[in-house]
Amino acid sequence: MTDKGMPAWAQALPLAAVFVVFFVVPLLLTVMVSFWNYNEYEILPDFTLRNYLEAFEGCGRRLWSAPPELCTTLKTYLTTLRICGMVWLITLLLGFAIAYFLAFHVRSLTMQIVLFLVCTIPFWTSNVIRMISWIPLLGRNGLINQTLQKLHLVEHPVEWLLFSDFAVVLAFVHLYTLFMIVPIFNSMMRIDRALLEAARDAGASGWQTLTNVVVPLSKPGIAIGSIFVLTIVMGDFVTIGVMGGQQIASVGKMINTQMGALQFPPAAAHAVILLGTVLIIIWALTRLIDIRKEL
Amino acid sequence: MNNNRKQKAQSRRELIKGVAGVALLGPSAITAFPSVMAQTPKVLRYLGTAVNQSPDIARKVKEDTGITLEYIPVTTDDVTRRVITQPNSYDVVDTEYFSLRKLVPSGNLLAMDGNKIKNFNKITPVFTKGELPSGTKIGDQGTAPKKVMFLEAENATKFANSPTQWATLIPTTYNADTLGIRPDLIKRPIGHWKELLNPEFKGKAAILNIPSIGIMDAAMVVESMGEYKYPDKGNMTKAEIDRTMKVLTEAKKSGQFRAFWKDFNESVNLMASGETVIQSMWSPAVTAVKSKGIACVYQPLAEGYRAWAAGFALSKGIKGTPKADLAYEFVNWFLDGWAGAYLNRQGYYSAVLETAKANMEPYEWAFWMEGKPAEKDIKAPDGTLLEKAGATRDGGSYDQRMGAVACWNAVMDENDYMVRKWNEFIAA
Repeated sequence: MTDKGMPAWAQALPLAAVFVVFFVVPLLLTVMVSFWNYNEYEILPDFTLRNYLEAFEGCGRRLWSAPPELCTTLKTYLTTLRICGMVWLITLLLGFAIAYFLAFHVRSLTMQIVLFLVCTIPFWTSNVIRMISWIPLLGRNGLINQTLQKLHLVEHPVEWLLFSDFAVVLAFVHLYTLFMIVPIFNSMMRIDRALLEAARDAGASGWQTLTNVVVPLSKPGIAIGSIFVLTIVMGDFVTIGVMGGQQIASVGKMINTQMGALQFPPAAAHAVILLGTVLIIIWALTRLIDIRKEL
Repeated sequence: MNNNRKQKAQSRRELIKGVAGVALLGPSAITAFPSVMAQTPKVLRYLGTAVNQSPDIARKVKEDTGITLEYIPVTTDDVTRRVITQPNSYDVVDTEYFSLRKLVPSGNLLAMDGNKIKNFNKITPVFTKGELPSGTKIGDQGTAPKKVMFLEAENATKFANSPTQWATLIPTTYNADTLGIRPDLIKRPIGHWKELLNPEFKGKAAILNIPSIGIMDAAMVVESMGEYKYPDKGNMTKAEIDRTMKVLTEAKKSGQFRAFWKDFNESVNLMASGETVIQSMWSPAVTAVKSKGIACVYQPLAEGYRAWAAGFALSKGIKGTPKADLAYEFVNWFLDGWAGAYLNRQGYYSAVLETAKANMEPYEWAFWMEGKPAEKDIKAPDGTLLEKAGATRDGGSYDQRMGAVACWNAVMDENDYMVRKWNEFIAA
């Protein structure tokens, strides 16, 4: 803190202003609209719980019926959470392994940069092209199926490669592992190498060093990467739509369909519910790892 | 020096114009640009779906009338959304008749004065009376154009029951939709809508993931299966929606569908790659598959077609401005024949048949409109080969295809309930 230059609040002001105008205000509007009523072509200022009640329509009744059944909203959230969980686990394992390799095995800075760039390759093409090009690879008559059939490993084409949970998870992992790698790598680079040597000198095995030194010190990176991946996947509907053949429900798709039918208030209600869910997940994560303390 | 500065200023203005144009293309474009546009003479902002916004048409309009079309390509849903939420962000909108039940009550459209449209009385009776030029009545379930074509007065937000001077939309193009199939993979004749849910094609069928259209295709299937006869497929009761969705849900759970599609290109990819062999499809998508050298048939079915129609409307924002005259000039040009012929050659139908015919070769007219075998190779407007000499159009002539229309794309009274049920179906 010096008395020369700008005061601290002035430095934070531009970003704060951007946040208020483009984040806080739209968010408040969304919350407001979620309590409004609507008809075919208008949203009507009101205070009604209709949108929330309809979102959870039949949830209680169906859950206690025999056989128990989930309502649309719960079922959709469960699907989204399931996919989210799988993607999170795989990107975490992959991201951690790659970051570990980059941080501890690659010694030269140039090589690290080159390998980092390699990790960004999935982002070099547009979303649409990337999505479409999965079909010739994974499709019924795609490259993989042709190869498998030529090698006589399978007789009939494998159908679950495309338009399935597998395809969705694959596309997500392909894209978002990078978001795990970067923060974890960042954490790992801050680990004092002397600690690793000390661990070895004290007789720790490679595995013990990993679990007792590297993982705990990488926690902030893991937490930040997890937040990136979880929030992106929870809200996504394009990837799930294309890779799931539009047959797998996602919360984002549900909102998208409602927007398409000009039903803004229920879409806003679902958006608020989604936001709440994601916030709870992030809150739980920060309970496990105190990011601020660890940074 | 002075000259140099002028040049600089000009290029900066051009840059701003360019940026404005790019911004308009974006999905979240806002309405802040009209003042920039107003300085440019003879420009019309044309809101619609990309499928209808052909560069050829824009070039020809420019050539014939000097009007520059600025296309704003968005999805079908976004057209409706923008008309309702940003009525000043366009001058002319190209939208579908079924959206009118949402658009007209909003008061954001300007009724079009038939007296200013040269070919107004030559518009095909499919729109004005719900019948073929020969007088045969065609199916009117759903939002048939005749139900929403006319307004009682210029500022009315209610539809008129009989033709008036005030039109909601001036029709541009329309067609009869059915299932597309891969005859090389199915290897047997397909004659009914129920084949879509035939277990024989388990894992190889697809349906449209646009709720209001998808449910009508499903209704065609349900009727074809003999399960239920709808009084109006385009306006179901809650019980009818439940019944229809139940059939779809069971099919989905048993793995009937390979995918659902929402986008034109998705449907082409699914069919061309052999992921699906039978699916709801649009006519130009079938053409696109064929032009890759892959067999694909737009199969006429016993229960008939689901039809749709689109047309031009003006934004209320241009009322009384020179833009309105420009818009009328453009719409008149559109009905004048060149555009109609262009659309007919893509497998759509034009609103004024007479003028389109004058702009087509007799052999083209015979193939596309009369269902006769092609005398010569049939080419698309861009010159790619569509059909070899001797081929006939799937479904036959204009009268055969439009005469067999069973229902029209629609927005139901229970739309809200239907959308919720559709989300439930996707989640099932």
